[in-house]
Amino acid sequence: MARSNKPIVWGPFATGGTLTAFVTPALVVVTLLAALGAVPDLLAYERLHALAAHGLAKVAIAGVVFLSLWSAAHRLRITCYDLGIRADTLVATIVYAAALAGTGASVFYLLRI
Amino acid sequence: MRQVELEVLRYNPETDREPHFQRYAVDCQEEWVVLDALNHVKETLDPTLSYRWSCHMAVCGSCGMMVNGEPKLACKAFLRDYPGVIRVEPLRHFPVERDLVTVIDDFVAKLARVKPYLIPKDKAPEAAEFRQTPAQLKRYKQFTLCINCMLCYAACPEYGLIPKYLGPAAIALAHRWNRDSRDGGRDARQEELAATEGAWECSFVGACSEVCPEHVDPAGAIQQVKIESTVDWYQAHLMPWTKK
Amino acid sequence: MSRRPYARPITSEWIFRHPRYIRYMVREFSCLFIGGWTLLMVWGFKALSEGPAAWAAFLELLQTPASIVFHLLTLAFAAYHSVTWFNLTPKALPVQLGEEFLPDRVISGAHFAAWAAVSAGLLYFAGAF
Repeated sequence: MARSNKPIVWGPFATGGTLTAFVTPALVVVTLLAALGAVPDLLAYERLHALAAHGLAKVAIAGVVFLSLWSAAHRLRITCYDLGIRADTLVATIVYAAALAGTGASVFYLLRI
Repeated sequence: MRQVELEVLRYNPETDREPHFQRYAVDCQEEWVVLDALNHVKETLDPTLSYRWSCHMAVCGSCGMMVNGEPKLACKAFLRDYPGVIRVEPLRHFPVERDLVTVIDDFVAKLARVKPYLIPKDKAPEAAEFRQTPAQLKRYKQFTLCINCMLCYAACPEYGLIPKYLGPAAIALAHRWNRDSRDGGRDARQEELAATEGAWECSFVGACSEVCPEHVDPAGAIQQVKIESTVDWYQAHLMPWTKK
Repeated sequence: MSRRPYARPITSEWIFRHPRYIRYMVREFSCLFIGGWTLLMVWGFKALSEGPAAWAAFLELLQTPASIVFHLLTLAFAAYHSVTWFNLTPKALPVQLGEEFLPDRVISGAHFAAWAAVSAGLLYFAGAF
């Protein structure tokens, strides 16, 4: 039996799962505060724009977006299978493509900042 | 004494089109396990009832069955823990041979495929024994405790969904030998473990480890195999010069 | 004696057979919220790149009732993902020191402590307190 190429998709999934476990809840609290009307300093236009204008910040943000979307996509793929959707190749293509498209969009917008 | 209502799945391949439940009212001792009740049924009420058992002490791994929907060793499932009617079915995910007896060929074949035995790294030493430190023993000890009872296969939804999946116990036992300091067979076992139908079908539900009567923690073994296989893959493809 | 093994059908009913399978599905469904929230952030960067007016409109979008409900759900699911992830980490990454393995709770505990520190750091950096 041939060794699988699953590590290609699983490596970023496991990395993203760990990353989102550490950072996502706190980041959601930040946007939740904004949603409740108590906009934190970071989300003031000037400060966030200045931050995102920095090259290293662009790389970090794009990295977080990619790993978050990829690990979510991978989980969604497995959940679809668990729920009885057997077209795994089609599901995998759609969810991974969506993760890459989302990452591509974030890179595109970050480069315009 | 307590009268227990047992609802047992019956299937006779010669006469039944499909399985059905049969009820037995059994006078039970307080300290009995489900296996005692089944033995009592067979001895006094219905000699046609078929099931596997041997040791009655959670060592042989023969009497795995579903008790109220959970995979259990019938010799470890105390009646006092089950109020009301107790429903006994054959282990889930395996074809039913007859009554509570399942067809286990699939698991046995998979177990053989992962080479769960010592493949010596070095030639046997002159002194005729391999020496191992307590730390080296401890490294794999937990995974030696598997009794091949297959409760983990009955608990694993992925095995139910993907019958080709190698499954918890086979992977844990392969991992047991991979972690043994005397063993050099990891490369051969990886052909099965790192295949798509090896560890990769696991989605870490964790049910296998929850139902394991010997606390082997197959789920842990499978995740370790995934991580090691991932490191292998990235080394082989991105850093080929590190490959020995 | 003829063999005629009976294969019982597999249906989606397994999810409801035991609470552990429901907990598993809840854990897996966290991906919809974490993924969805991340896409919302990508939308936010689009607004940020378009200038102060677009950014102000994005903040207004965040303040709609639907967004608040979505945020509360996302926070709950994301936190559940973190808890389950760190609880399972010792299984995937056991640490053997000398002869003994570190107890699971030590490895999980270290991760929970790091999570708390990272979260506090991020919130402080964001000026949330």
